[in-house]
Amino acid sequence: MTALAPPGEPRRVAYVYLLPGLVIFGLFVLAPLVHSAWLSLFTWDGVTPGEWSGLENYRAIVSDPQLRAAFGHAFVLVAFYAVGPIAIGLLLAAAMSRSRVRGLTLFRTALFLPQVIALVVVAVMWRMIYDPEGGLLNESLRAIGLGGLAQNWLGSFTLALPSVGLIGTWVMYGLAMVLFTAGVQKIPQSLYDAARMDGAGPVREFFAVTLPGLRNEIAVALTLTTIQALRSFDLIYITTRGGPGDSTSVPAFEVYNRAFRSGDVGTAAAIGVCIAAMIFVLTLLINRIAEREAAR
Amino acid sequence: MKARTLALFGLIATLAAGCGTPGGESGDNAKKSEESKKNSAKVDVAKAGDVTLTIWDQEVRGGQKKQITRLNEAFQSTYPNVKIKRVAKSFEDLNTTLKLAVSGPKAPDIVEANQGRQVMGQLVKGGLLKPLDAYADAYGWNDRWSKTLLDLNRFSSDGKQFGSGDLYGVSQQGEIVGVFYNRDMVETVPKTFGEFEDMLAKAKADGHVPISFGNLDKFGGIHEFQTIQNQFTHKEDVRDFVFARGGDGFDTIENRSAAEKLKEWADKGYFTPNFNGTGYDPAWQQFTKGKGPFTIAGTWITSDALSALGDELGFFLMPGREAGTPPVSLGGESLPWGITAKSKNADVAAAYIDFITNAKAADVQVETDNLPATQATTEPSAPVQKEIFAAWKALNDTDGLTPYMDYATPTFYDDFSGAVQKLLAGKLEPTAFTKSVQEDYAKFADKL
Repeated sequence: MTALAPPGEPRRVAYVYLLPGLVIFGLFVLAPLVHSAWLSLFTWDGVTPGEWSGLENYRAIVSDPQLRAAFGHAFVLVAFYAVGPIAIGLLLAAAMSRSRVRGLTLFRTALFLPQVIALVVVAVMWRMIYDPEGGLLNESLRAIGLGGLAQNWLGSFTLALPSVGLIGTWVMYGLAMVLFTAGVQKIPQSLYDAARMDGAGPVREFFAVTLPGLRNEIAVALTLTTIQALRSFDLIYITTRGGPGDSTSVPAFEVYNRAFRSGDVGTAAAIGVCIAAMIFVLTLLINRIAEREAAR
Repeated sequence: MKARTLALFGLIATLAAGCGTPGGESGDNAKKSEESKKNSAKVDVAKAGDVTLTIWDQEVRGGQKKQITRLNEAFQSTYPNVKIKRVAKSFEDLNTTLKLAVSGPKAPDIVEANQGRQVMGQLVKGGLLKPLDAYADAYGWNDRWSKTLLDLNRFSSDGKQFGSGDLYGVSQQGEIVGVFYNRDMVETVPKTFGEFEDMLAKAKADGHVPISFGNLDKFGGIHEFQTIQNQFTHKEDVRDFVFARGGDGFDTIENRSAAEKLKEWADKGYFTPNFNGTGYDPAWQQFTKGKGPFTIAGTWITSDALSALGDELGFFLMPGREAGTPPVSLGGESLPWGITAKSKNADVAAAYIDFITNAKAADVQVETDNLPATQATTEPSAPVQKEIFAAWKALNDTDGLTPYMDYATPTFYDDFSGAVQKLLAGKLEPTAFTKSVQEDYAKFADKL
């Protein structure tokens, strides 16, 4: 041992400790990912031997208007899954930061409930709520004299995607709220006192104290909800099956459709790789921005 | 850093190299299927020794579940040396997992492989199903089913030609897509298509929903369209299109007229309001609650609709545009039972398939509220069942069944159902509709 070596065990030993984790990660995450990427380079029906096609499947994703539209729909869903819930969550957190609500735990549990229910159940339930004839939504609108607003929610080419998106908002806002209310409690009371001393109103207080204090929580919520939006499948599969026409088709649904139904495993794998890459880039971006803001 | 990056790339390269060409290298599937065609013989199951048959089916709903349970019990008590290992799945689950199961090392012996290019066609192409023609000769299956019904389960051994070639399965039940009606609201069954339209107009004027129809699940529209199409387009043209046997394709005057008629009905309000947002089941359930006189549906709803509406429930085939023309209707048969190429007990499997489709089995179908695809000796009791049985007989006698559009290409279920939704919502004019359907179809058919 020379004097230059760092103290303690040699560094190489550390890799031995990492090995079990690496093996599991490699086996269940890395290997399937690489395998999918490999499959995406073939034209393969899942049964007969595949044919090497290079980047043809990726070219098809870009040139196929139907697939381009599916990716577009996924980004619309991001607005509903991520932006909406975070706005609602912030509003609730801000309200809770100003006053101590009685029975807060009960209140919070109730609001968190949508997040706990299995998505399939959520989808079946909302399909019933959106039913144009006997559904709860249209019935309620008619009951309070707003029958003119009753819509063909899931059956209309313009409304179907926002309608599905709203289900996502309903599912995700509980997560954002729990993250934010927990975060708010971490903000020192002295900051609020100081702000109030300086004459800040509720709005100013929110932007000067609550919002900056929740930066990390917002980054986490944004990451989780965006991932959910980009890979959303269950809601679409149960409510509209991509219809009417292809107005609600999303990439994850196309993956399922092509891999398991129409026998086009190559493009399915290529779409899957694209979703993974998109999620990777977006989460990296979100975290970079959050860190840079924190450094300022 | 550099060493680590290198190691990572090394790892990825090793993983990728381990993959090889998906689907294996051996390409001669036709040969495989020829080989499995040999060694097919009618055997005495009782003397076959201890055998376990693994069966994947989707007979999980109401009457279908009842019939298969009874037949499996009967088979096992007749042949105690055979153990049946049944894997029951929903229709959708079966269709999506079958390819992987059949190509894997532990392939089941018997599978229900759905007709058409999406499932059966793919399996045949991969040489994964055993041709059953030798068994058909040995057991006399060619007389048990009509030619049209057997053709639906035929493919050329390379999987390219559909509707002819080798037989890869046989079906237990028949199904017809026709018009269910409520006897309370309909006095006489219409004799022509025009008469039916008059009844729709009258029902509308009386404030009823003429045809209960829900298209949120997408497949309802296919049935609605084809029920009208069969009164405009010749049945052979429909078959040529689905089986890809040439012909004029989809962009024809007849199909355009059918599309115009369907659109006209939608515009006149003959369907459930907001049908594109209404589920298939809620829609026909509205019909059984007396909301309107008709619903166009498959005979698979009979048993459920019967328990809701009782003897008021009736059934007829959509009449032709001229009185007295033989009926033409969308329909076919339940999922065919086939034998996997890898099965080691193929002869016993064939005996099982024969057992669940013979004359006795047909009687079991009747007793469990199913419509047997083959001739039964017993008669059903409910009036609607009698009407359905008569319709089935008429269609088989005059060769009037036309196959489902979604059999046509592996992606046609979505292509076609999506196009019908667009047509009905006015997003596609009838001319653009037939054109776009033809374009989707050509993408596949041109490569055959």
